[in-house]
Amino acid sequence: MVSARSWKNAVFKAIKSIWNALPVILGVVLLVSLTKAIVPSKTVAGVLSNSMIIGPLIGGALGSILAGNPVTSYVIGGELIKQGVGLVTVTSFLLAWVTVGIVQLPAESILLGKRFALTRNAVAFLLSIVGALMTFVLVNIL
Amino acid sequence: MTSEKSYTGWYFLLAVLVAYGVTFIIAPDKVSPALSFAANILGQLVPVFVLIIGVSAVMNYYIKPNSLARYMGKESGARGWIITTVSGILSTGPIYMWYPLLSELKKHGVRDALLANFLYNRAVKIPLMPLLIFYFGVKYAAVLTFVTVFLSFIAGWLTEKILEVTK
Repeated sequence: MVSARSWKNAVFKAIKSIWNALPVILGVVLLVSLTKAIVPSKTVAGVLSNSMIIGPLIGGALGSILAGNPVTSYVIGGELIKQGVGLVTVTSFLLAWVTVGIVQLPAESILLGKRFALTRNAVAFLLSIVGALMTFVLVNIL
Repeated sequence: MTSEKSYTGWYFLLAVLVAYGVTFIIAPDKVSPALSFAANILGQLVPVFVLIIGVSAVMNYYIKPNSLARYMGKESGARGWIITTVSGILSTGPIYMWYPLLSELKKHGVRDALLANFLYNRAVKIPLMPLLIFYFGVKYAAVLTFVTVFLSFIAGWLTEKILEVTK
C-alpha cells in the first residue's frame, strides 16, 4: 500500500532526519581525522604480529579502533603484507576496519540503540578473527 | 529523535572539539592536517548527503511499515536477507552516513538481524575491488568477498539472538 503523504512532507522528514544526525556525523568526521593525524601508519605496522592467535587479535583490535575510507585500509594492509606481516593478521585488520567502528560507536548507539550497537560491534569483532582464519584456510586450499 | 538525543549529539561534537583544543596545546602541528582531512571528507560527503536525503524521501513517500515488514521484517524470510545483503554491498559512503536511514528502518519495524546483516555487507566494496586485487590477488579478493557475505548472515543472526537472550 502506497502512503498518501505528499512529497513535500517526505522530503522534509528526510532532511530533518539528516539534520538530527548532523552533529554526530560532524563529530565522527572530526574524530576520524584527528585519529588519522595522530596515529601514523608506521605505528600500526610495528605493533602487528605474525602469530596465528595474537596476530588476528591485534589486527582486529587495530582495525576496530582506526577508521576511515576502506581504501586506506587496503593500502595499509597491502603495505603490511609487503613488510612481512601475516595474512591472517592483515585480513582481520581489513575486516574489522569496515565492520567494527569504535570511533563511530557513539553515533551508532544514539541512532540505532546502545544495546544493538555494542552487540553488533562485538559480534563483528569476533567474526573479523573467524573470517581471517577462514580466508587464510580457503586461500591455501584453493 | 527526541530533543534529549539531539543534545547528546551536540555534546558529542563538543567533546570532539575539546579533543581538538587539547591536541592544539599538546601537538599543534597535528590539528591543521586533521582539519584539512576532515574538510576533504565533508566535501566528499555532500553528494552522499543528497543521495541519502533522496533515498530517505522516496522511502518516506512510498514505504509503509507494513510493506517494509513484508520484505525485511519478522516474516520476511529469505527475501529480506537477500534485499539487505545486496543493499549492503551496493551502499556507498561512510557507515555513519547510513545510521539515520537505518534508524528510520528500525522505527518501521525492520529486524535487528537484517540491520546487522546490512552493516556487515558494507565490508564488500565493489568499486575498490581493483585495489584489493592489486595488493592481494584475484583469489584472495574472491575468497574474502565470499567469506564476508557468508559471515554477514552469521553476524545478523548472532546479533539478533544475543539481543533476544539478553533482553
